[in-house]
Amino acid sequence: MSEESKVTTQAAPPAEPSSVHREPSSKEQAWEKNTLQATLEKSPERQAEFTTVSGYPIRRLYTKADLPHWDPERALGFPGEPPYTRGIHSTMHRGRLWTMRQFAGFGTAEDTNQRFRYLLSQGQTGLSTAFDLPTLMGYDSDHALSEGEVGKCGVAISSLADMEVLFDKIPLANVTTSMTINSPAAVIWAMYLAVAEKQGADWKKISGTLQNDILKEYIAQKEYIYPPEPSMRLVIDTFEFGVKNTPKFNTISISGYHIREAGSTAIQELAFTLRDGMEYVEWGMRRGLDVDQFVPQLSFFFNAHNDFFEEIAKYRAARRIWYKAMIERYKSKNPRSWALRFHSQTAGCSLTAQQPFNNVVRTAVQALAAVLGGTQSLHTNSLDEAWALPTEFAATIALRTQQIIAHETGVTNTVDPLGGSYFVETLTNEVERGAWDYIERIDAMGGMVAAIERSYPQREIAEASYRYQMAVDKKEKIIVGVNDYVAEEKPLETLQIDETVAHRQAERLRKLRAERSKAEVDRRLNALRAAAKGKDNLMPFIYDAVKSYATLGEICDAMRDIFGTYEEVAIT
Amino acid sequence: MPEKKIRVLIAKPGLDGHDRGAKVIARALRDAGMEVIYTGLRQTPEMIASAAVQEDVDVIGLSILSGAHNTICPQLMRLLRDKGMSDVTVLVGGIIPEADIPALKQSGIAEIFLPGTSTQDIVEFIHKRVAHT
Repeated sequence: MSEESKVTTQAAPPAEPSSVHREPSSKEQAWEKNTLQATLEKSPERQAEFTTVSGYPIRRLYTKADLPHWDPERALGFPGEPPYTRGIHSTMHRGRLWTMRQFAGFGTAEDTNQRFRYLLSQGQTGLSTAFDLPTLMGYDSDHALSEGEVGKCGVAISSLADMEVLFDKIPLANVTTSMTINSPAAVIWAMYLAVAEKQGADWKKISGTLQNDILKEYIAQKEYIYPPEPSMRLVIDTFEFGVKNTPKFNTISISGYHIREAGSTAIQELAFTLRDGMEYVEWGMRRGLDVDQFVPQLSFFFNAHNDFFEEIAKYRAARRIWYKAMIERYKSKNPRSWALRFHSQTAGCSLTAQQPFNNVVRTAVQALAAVLGGTQSLHTNSLDEAWALPTEFAATIALRTQQIIAHETGVTNTVDPLGGSYFVETLTNEVERGAWDYIERIDAMGGMVAAIERSYPQREIAEASYRYQMAVDKKEKIIVGVNDYVAEEKPLETLQIDETVAHRQAERLRKLRAERSKAEVDRRLNALRAAAKGKDNLMPFIYDAVKSYATLGEICDAMRDIFGTYEEVAIT
Repeated sequence: MPEKKIRVLIAKPGLDGHDRGAKVIARALRDAGMEVIYTGLRQTPEMIASAAVQEDVDVIGLSILSGAHNTICPQLMRLLRDKGMSDVTVLVGGIIPEADIPALKQSGIAEIFLPGTSTQDIVEFIHKRVAHT
């Protein structure tokens, strides 16, 4: 039994008390009168109001007056114990560093296989796959709508044959792999499992993460294929399949990253992501799955943005909220369901095309926030990503940034070094309160699917993103090199995607279709169609289709035939 | 007599779903007094050209971040010419490598706005451009 699992179930604490009505001590009042006033009279502050990058107001000074009735044993507990505010492991990064997992993918499977092997040779500890837009949308590379997009934003994967090349000479028994794929997640996962099987890796032992988070696609990233109902069915099918067959695989990575990139505030990112998490738990329970069997395979993914303390508060609050929700809402008895594990990625939207070398600095500060916030794995963006997918040179600096934080700065020497800071604890409480407000509002709408159908999170994000853009345009928020400290510069050398990728992929598909047994492919696709009409778990049918070398597009089309497709109401 | 409002079609071509930029621009142009129609996601060049004719717009703004601009832009420009819409001002915003800009302009794109452009700059550009044509 692990140390964490010895903890007994306990009643969840209420949300931490708010500090809006602060009552400063007599000494603090005296300081305001005698010292502060004199300073303000001589030299006023630079701005009337100071806010986070999310526009959240920050006060001049935080003292114990901001934490009335604050009980650290209740609000924080100890690392590895509820409510997990200080981290999910008792030794955190002293015991094991986070997984350094750089997202990579471009061109053909051969191109990306080469980049994977390079990154592993440089000390990277896990893989993370970026797929191109046709793959994300469930189209083969030779589909008409794929024109111009093949291999551009990630690697082109149209069939098991491509997947075999992608992981060639990479032992899936030893390497953990994250796959950023959502609507066609079940299909891509089946391909991955087929490669693992071929390599002789034991499914019970392999580990990795499938993004598989369709809710945030409707909310933010918009790479959806089917309507919410059948999409959620596919997600729950993967949960069920994972519990039985791949107990160490994270069947989902519930993602705030894309919500934040779409322009949300930190509180919105936190609230919508955790409410998405609760939605998946509820759909899983409705299927009849045991909470404490499938929830331990659920993981999270957050953004690491510029506002250092706001981000740290967000991660700490996330763990506390998830714990409370698991105990109070879902009556979970298994500590493995209570501890929120998360991956983080530095903020792509914070990178500037101007003076791109400054992005190394931004990324380092963002990565530091994720580490201090207790991340389990981390991707650091490359300096050139406002222009293109990263060159090997830029990707190496990004990886080195993590290694410097891990080995040179000393921040990993102690667990949750910011715990107990008046400011960080107050902000953690306030961010948590703000997130619960949103969560309760979404509950009242009937849950996240209902909220999405009425465009609620989409609208909130669009509002926040517009407010931010206006603040930048008015120079209320300064972005170095963009709206201030502007300089002339030479263009950067960026990665060029070989324009023959689409042609080579089309050729490979033509060959594949000629060599496989068409009768077998048709038989298995028809079996999938028939199953999609009923209630069976679709994973075994998808796996069968994949093994016959049915293509991604054919398998997704078979489900399109039954499920139809989704179109959103565009809001501006 | 009230001045005729400038009509703008904001379009998001290709498979990419990152619509943050398109939405911010749509709203900024509307706040600047223009009539804005947003197509929504995943529009083919054919769909965009038809919408431009139907809505009789002065300006088309394309948001492209995926690297598919060299495929999409020339197709759209050809379709607009075929439909007798050569006088419409076509703008592109997004991630466009500097090396691709001359060819895009050659194909008839009036201006390319790169990351970091302020919404005021785009509003001013449209006002000047449409007043001149």
